[in-house]
Amino acid sequence: MALGISSLMNLISRFLVELQDITLLFWRMLRGLRKQPRYFDEMVRQMDLIGVGSLAIVSLTGFFTGCVLILQAYPTLEYYGAQSSAGQSVAITLIRELGPVLCALMVAGRVGSAISAELGSMVVSQQIDAMRALGTSPARKLVTPRVVALVVTLPLLTVAADIFGLIGGGIIARYLYALDANSYITSLRTGITIQDILGGIVKPIVFGFLIGLISCHKGLTTQGGTVGVGKSTTDAVVLSSITIIIADFFLSKVLQGFFSSTLF
Amino acid sequence: MFDIETQVEPVSEASPFGPAIEFRDVELAFDDRVILDKISFTIRRGETKIVLGGSGSGKSTIIKLVLGLLRPDAGTIFIDGEDITQCDEQELTEIRKKIGMVFQEGALFDSLSVYDNVAYRLAEEGIDEDEIEHEVIRMLRFVDLEDAIDKMPIELSGGMRRRVGIARALVGSPPIVLFDEPTAGLDPPTARTICELAIKLRDLEGVSSIFVTHEMNNLKYLSSEYAIVDGEGRVHFEEEGDKLCLINTKVMMIKQGAIIFDGTDEELQLTSDPYIHRFIKGR
Ligand SMILES: Nc1ncnc2c1ncn2[C@@H]1O[C@H](COP(=O)(O)OP(=O)(O)OP(=O)(O)O)[C@@H](O)[C@H]1O
Ligand SMILES: [Mg+2]
Repeated sequence: MALGISSLMNLISRFLVELQDITLLFWRMLRGLRKQPRYFDEMVRQMDLIGVGSLAIVSLTGFFTGCVLILQAYPTLEYYGAQSSAGQSVAITLIRELGPVLCALMVAGRVGSAISAELGSMVVSQQIDAMRALGTSPARKLVTPRVVALVVTLPLLTVAADIFGLIGGGIIARYLYALDANSYITSLRTGITIQDILGGIVKPIVFGFLIGLISCHKGLTTQGGTVGVGKSTTDAVVLSSITIIIADFFLSKVLQGFFSSTLF
Repeated sequence: MFDIETQVEPVSEASPFGPAIEFRDVELAFDDRVILDKISFTIRRGETKIVLGGSGSGKSTIIKLVLGLLRPDAGTIFIDGEDITQCDEQELTEIRKKIGMVFQEGALFDSLSVYDNVAYRLAEEGIDEDEIEHEVIRMLRFVDLEDAIDKMPIELSGGMRRRVGIARALVGSPPIVLFDEPTAGLDPPTARTICELAIKLRDLEGVSSIFVTHEMNNLKYLSSEYAIVDGEGRVHFEEEGDKLCLINTKVMMIKQGAIIFDGTDEELQLTSDPYIHRFIKGR
């Protein structure tokens, strides 16, 4: 029993220390935004790497998610005679939830792992030490451009995933269930509200920020040689993914409250 | 425990005659293992301190402390009269501008070409491109690697990488240079070139340095030869003799995180300590 409590305390204190480190990194990163040099080129390079590089997998994910949504939902809708709201049903699930979350998970897997592996091997090969020795702050030079790039590109990627998802859903509805294309599009247009779109943009901004900060933190705190790089990479992906899913719930709740109080 | 006030003598605030580097009772432990145990030493301006010691004795750790990459658990470290243990990362950045560091493994930036590696410090300071190019070419010529200028670090051999590391450290002419085993694993002529480089920095540029090494011939070169420039601007190396004795090179030996010797190389040869004797004679 005593052992259980002490190991729990241990876990909590480790969590708090980690949280403190991440917060510290956050502040350093913000300082990096404010001060010269701003490493603008690096930011653009990262956006290209993250954004353009992830476009294919994200679109593919979105497309097949849209397909499967309509595949599963259509029979039920048909049963209730509500085929005409097929478009709306895909749009709402995709734009509010699945688009942002799946996209963020894909990017966490692809980019988060790459970031922490890159920074981790820089730690192990003393390049981070060399960077500090040469008078640059790794937080500013490495973390800020990556986090900014993620915050900018993830919403764009999410929009791409949403669009491909809607197209995928439309194709299945049209060719598998012979739904009239016009009916699908009309249902889409009436079904999507401005709140859905805003929420669908706010979420990936937060997720991008979380992926960037967590992956950079895990990479920069790599310990124990090349084996440590593998561990911090795994940690980065697992921790970002879990954080995304948890944050998604709370964000949805907050957004719900926010829109119901201001817009209506 | 708290009633003993440690009296820190006023330091000669960045006076031109104060020491370049000073350690006072520096202690460092990782977890429970003591790595450095109350280390104190000084390096005067223009002096080269050769640091000897077995593997794992704490040599690289001392160098990292000088740069502020690690913080000591206790004690103070002065660079140019400034106490760096009190500095935040921002102030440390300023101090690090005075220091060039040659890492044990080179630590080149993989993603940058040789040119960009060497140019790194200047580019960060926002110096204009022509000036950077001029300086980079000068430094690469200094380490005899002009041909490799457009290569990536992955394409270089270990020795070339080390020399690029040296060029990167020396760019911008820092007054303090730290060498962490710069000749380990290199062939004798290349090792000799690197020692000559260190001698030139010491005698012609007045650089203060720490030179960590395992190798006895490095010790011999650095503590017995000096560089002079002849009338035509060529550099010659001469051995110290009866008429001249090098006083700007000191030797320090570390064993398990403690200094067991600090003095001139002549004193080192005469010491009776069996560990030191075995270390310098190899048996
Ligand atoms: N990050 C670290 N965590 C724990 N122990 C460390 C760490 N870095 C160094 N050490 C320990 O500190 C001691 C001194 O290491 P250091 O790198 O200074 O040795 P060294 O004298 O440079 O050895 P070498 O000649 O092999 O380079 C070693 O025993 C090492 O195990
Ligand atoms: Mg070492």
